[in-house]
Amino acid sequence: MNFDFDEDQRLLQKTARDFLEQRAPLSRVREIFESDALLDADLWSGVAEMGWTGAAIPESHGGAGFGYLELALLAEETGRALAPIPFGSSVYLVTEALRLAGSDEQQRRWLPELAAGRRIGAFAAAEGPGGHVAAEPGVEWRDGALHGAKEPVLDGAAANLALVLARDPSGGRVLVLADLQANGAKNEPLESLDPSRPLARLVFEGTRAERLQGDGAALLARLEDRAAILFAFEQLGGAQRCLEEAIAFARSRYAFGRPIASFQAVKHQLADLYTAVELARSNCYYGAWALHAQSDELPAAACLARISATEAFEACSQESLHLHGGVGFTWEYDCHLFLRRSKLLSLALGSTGRWKDRLVALLDEAA
Amino acid sequence: MDFDDTREEAAFRAEARSWLEANASPLEPGETNPGLGESDDPDTIRAAQAWQAKKADAGWACITWPEAYGGRGGSPIQSVIWGQEEGKFRVPPNVFGIGLGMAGPTLMAHGSDVQQQRWLPKMLRGEEIWCQLFSEPAAGSDLAGLRTRAERDGDDWVVNGQKIWTSGAHYCKWGILVARTDPNVPKHAGLSYFVVDMESTGVEARQIRQISGGANFNEVFFTDARIPDANRISEVGNGWAVAITTLMNERASIGSGGIGGGGGVKDLIALAREVRDERGPLLENAGIRERIADYYVRTKGLQFTSYRTLTALSRGQTPGPEGSIGKLVAAKMRQDMASLALELQGLAGGTLDPSLAVQDAAWQEAYLWAPGMRIAGGTDEILRNIIAERVLRLPPEPRVDKELAFRDVPTGSQG
Ligand SMILES: Cc1cc2nc3c(=O)[nH]c(=O)nc-3n(C[C@H](O)[C@H](O)[C@H](O)COP(=O)(O)OP(=O)(O)OC[C@H]3O[C@@H](n4cnc5c(N)ncnc54)[C@H](O)[C@@H]3O)c2cc1C
Repeated sequence: MNFDFDEDQRLLQKTARDFLEQRAPLSRVREIFESDALLDADLWSGVAEMGWTGAAIPESHGGAGFGYLELALLAEETGRALAPIPFGSSVYLVTEALRLAGSDEQQRRWLPELAAGRRIGAFAAAEGPGGHVAAEPGVEWRDGALHGAKEPVLDGAAANLALVLARDPSGGRVLVLADLQANGAKNEPLESLDPSRPLARLVFEGTRAERLQGDGAALLARLEDRAAILFAFEQLGGAQRCLEEAIAFARSRYAFGRPIASFQAVKHQLADLYTAVELARSNCYYGAWALHAQSDELPAAACLARISATEAFEACSQESLHLHGGVGFTWEYDCHLFLRRSKLLSLALGSTGRWKDRLVALLDEAA
Repeated sequence: MDFDDTREEAAFRAEARSWLEANASPLEPGETNPGLGESDDPDTIRAAQAWQAKKADAGWACITWPEAYGGRGGSPIQSVIWGQEEGKFRVPPNVFGIGLGMAGPTLMAHGSDVQQQRWLPKMLRGEEIWCQLFSEPAAGSDLAGLRTRAERDGDDWVVNGQKIWTSGAHYCKWGILVARTDPNVPKHAGLSYFVVDMESTGVEARQIRQISGGANFNEVFFTDARIPDANRISEVGNGWAVAITTLMNERASIGSGGIGGGGGVKDLIALAREVRDERGPLLENAGIRERIADYYVRTKGLQFTSYRTLTALSRGQTPGPEGSIGKLVAAKMRQDMASLALELQGLAGGTLDPSLAVQDAAWQEAYLWAPGMRIAGGTDEILRNIIAERVLRLPPEPRVDKELAFRDVPTGSQG
């Protein structure tokens, strides 16, 4: 058994961390957070130059050809840094959809563009309050064109290539690709809980869009499973960072003549958070393996990674803020950036309740 | 045992209701009064003051306060009945909580007649608003570790230091202040309690922005600020005992319904009924039903606990530190309920945009407000310590700081 990343992969991770610490410290994240910018454009091109946006894209399609294990570690680092870029939307969702169900022609056309970061993808699936993907999409795809509104769309305003969940004239769900650069959709910003990851409403009035291959509903499920694992690494990175910040703060903050870290109540809290992060980490690794090995276990592995990483990040972001006391509740401290990102990521791909129901259904099928 | 109004209570309720009907408009179904959260604009404050004065004129401002200060001399039960009835009408937010709920009771317990006459009537009418100058950058949970110095100079005290997290300081006239008058004795023994005029020279409030975006609390700097000795409450060195009176009242008032933001279980059910995902209508989902049930069980547990407290009060007993249960449970539950409410909305839970956010984004705001409620007025951990040590009488933690002279207490890098 060898259930860990190898030395080269760890080296790549270290390079990524150093790069992000330099180019995207939290002070930079905050600049984007407090501005109207749709993304950190410099960081985006930097990340693309490093090959991250094409990490899992084969070299024949302009990618770096690293693979999923490498991509997972890069995801962890972008999560740790709270990188204000549409990495997940473009890389785990739109790129993956093309890899799963793009025709040869579509892959040839779009993958090199996505790998180079010239194209930014967004996943337009929700339609108002309710499921993170519309259960019965109102947006219609007929005669090769889209009609209707998707809202909210994560990174929707920064994107120029949208993967849209729509309904075809027979009422079936289809996933289609819309080139927003060529024949735009109207986009309207929607105030985001995490302004470093903006939301938008995309309104289609006859926007041309081309269908991906295969059955829409089945593709959606496969796509979400894969993306869930990569998002889980992002969440894991965020959770780990919160935990580290909480520990550092608890060591230096004194009350009652001693560091608050010396109170058993605080130690137990931190020990519980650590435990949650480590269990999530193990489940995430399993997910990365399943992605890498194209295993049949992937759907269940996705549930494990998604549920444990979402819960770990939520707990770490809430409790790290809490451990900071009054300063944690200020705009000036960074605790709320993590609280907001954690919540947004937990919403972006469906609640833990949804993933738990899916997990039990899978276990039931397997039994 | 019953929940019925006694004949006197029913009469009181009817009287309250008819006055309210004549002087305010009832809330529409589904409408709620704005919370205290970020309501510090001058118009809101003026409206709150006008409403308070109107109530005072008619004897409804402070039901339990003695008539001598403009109160009604009524019972705690009457005060609750008034609160229930007033809550059905459209009224401005109560910006007087720190005065009426904390400073007032403290002055009644520890102030001189002259002090009570000077401050209580204007406090009651809402003419003068009060804030609480307790916490400092290096003294929150460990309030007795505060360092703001007050030194005697003739008939005055000269105050230097910094307070922080002072809610409302930027619009308040008076503040209750705990300061260190003797650093050479153990920490609890060297404190004294004062009332400070926020408009006096050497007192400067700077607003601090909180995570929700508003700036309701402040840093307050004292630079050779002078407080007349006449504004000292109780003896020099007795500040800790006086502060405890304030804190007990604070926790009681936050616990009994002061956790603003977001709706209740009913609103959660209304939301779950409205939305569906791939699994179907969310109110039919077993996992979601179970979570909603848990919150309801706890909400009712808190409500009935408060009724027990009230019953004790009406029998003339004083409620004890078990009042800490209310805030401990309510604040974390609010955070969890808000989290669920966002999940029910799917990705739309991530937006505060009025065109999309359900229930006026109340749950998104609650998610950003609840962390503060778990900290303000005693953190979860401090409340658990109070329950463990004062209610359950468990042995206290060994303390390194209690017997030492204050100046010798370890402070880490903050020293
Ligand atoms: C919204 C808001 C409004 C406020 N309004 C006011 C106001 O009007 N006036 C005022 O004076 N103050 C006010 N406060 C301040 C509040 O009382 C303090 O923030 C609070 O007491 C915590 O103190 P601290 O911030 O110094 O955190 P710390 O005391 O440093 O606590 C940091 C962490 O350590 C933990 N901790 C500390 N001691 C122990 C222990 N013995 N065992 C286990 N864990 C421990 C705490 O639980 C917390 O998680 C307000 C705070 C907030 C958030």
